[in-house]
Amino acid sequence: MIDKISPSLRQAVADLHDGASIMISGFGDAGAPHELMDAVIEHGATDLTIISNNAGAGETGIAALIKANRVRKVICSFPRQAASHHFDARYRAGQVELELVPQGNLAARIQAAGSGLGAIYTPTGYGTLLAEGKETREIDGRNYVLEYPIHADFALIKARAGDRWGNLVYRKVARNFGPIMAMAAKTTIAQVAEVVELGALDPEAVVTPGIFVNRLVQVAPLSVAAAA
Amino acid sequence: MQRMNREDMAARVARDIPEGAYVNLGIGLPTKVANFLPQEREIFLQSENGLLGMGPAPAEDDIDWELINAGKQPVTLLAGGSFFHHGDSFSMMRGGHIDICVLGAFQVSVNGDLANWHTGAADAIPAVGGAMDLAVGAKQVFVMMDLLTKGGESKLVAQCSYPLTGLSCVSRVYTDVAIFDVGPAGAHVIEMVPGLTIDQLRDMTGVDLQLALEIA
Repeated sequence: MIDKISPSLRQAVADLHDGASIMISGFGDAGAPHELMDAVIEHGATDLTIISNNAGAGETGIAALIKANRVRKVICSFPRQAASHHFDARYRAGQVELELVPQGNLAARIQAAGSGLGAIYTPTGYGTLLAEGKETREIDGRNYVLEYPIHADFALIKARAGDRWGNLVYRKVARNFGPIMAMAAKTTIAQVAEVVELGALDPEAVVTPGIFVNRLVQVAPLSVAAAA
Repeated sequence: MQRMNREDMAARVARDIPEGAYVNLGIGLPTKVANFLPQEREIFLQSENGLLGMGPAPAEDDIDWELINAGKQPVTLLAGGSFFHHGDSFSMMRGGHIDICVLGAFQVSVNGDLANWHTGAADAIPAVGGAMDLAVGAKQVFVMMDLLTKGGESKLVAQCSYPLTGLSCVSRVYTDVAIFDVGPAGAHVIEMVPGLTIDQLRDMTGVDLQLALEIA
């Protein structure tokens, strides 16, 4: 019997390793897998590359990983926020490297990785600092920049419900990067608020089919309120 | 000369958004446009973090932190609204499915170049978000900004000095004193606040300005 449910957060992240690249879903707090990130801190893995939309805010999640000095590099679109002081300080001190990627290119490069594409030509960023030194091509009169896929060793995502085969459904805008990161990582770990029986999820409504998910772990849905 | 305040500017932009338009409002000042969209028009607001059919802010008791806009403020979903992942959200932009986006700016050039993501200052931590995707992807890019900086320099310029967000992407600039069409034909003034003359506007901006045919 295939059962992708992990009994604990600790076991869900047990095979993390130093130097790993980790995709982390979330836009602000919506969709951010806080409990899985806490488990990463507890695990102790370091020298991590984090791929996410933001570089953490406040004292939890990615900010806590940076504060604990576990992060070597951040690949993201919007690091600077009102409460991104942990990232700001380490970045200014030269202790964390930043690769700044326009948000849609971040999504498209993650999708390219998950879809097995060797590269993409994107119009976003053409002629700007973020395309400096990159190969360009004019196609049908429009200018494009060559961008490569972003792969990761792990993806940590948050969904509303899942079953033991790994099928997932999400909740509102907490969906954000979850479905595309699930496709792009070697190992995808989803925290879900609810584990349901096989067949309980409407197959027409499954957003992430189980083929893209390696492990699930149930986390009580308290963290919705963690917006402060 | 009577400068427009932020609400007047938002209301003025809202007047130009037609029934049925798919619209993305940038964070900051452009978000205000939502408050002035005419009730009788059905307009679809898209938010980059994955919703279409965005409604107004919820009552305090109905706040859901998994229902937020690009500025991470709580919003609501209208009947008929939908959720989607980031890949689809940015395909909506890059794929040319968004009719209008409204963005703030540090500078816009008379040919429509946009600078709104980075001052280029040595100690600044750059952040870009979805600005570059919207700039190249939306069919029409409207900019909303004060015409002058606090120091009195024009933000409508011959050539941007700040790092660019997109090339030749802006079609219209709404400011507190005038509205301009910009593009390959240069800047045309299509509206001015009462009491302002084209010559005063040329003095304020220092750029070549033509009066649009409608008001010439």
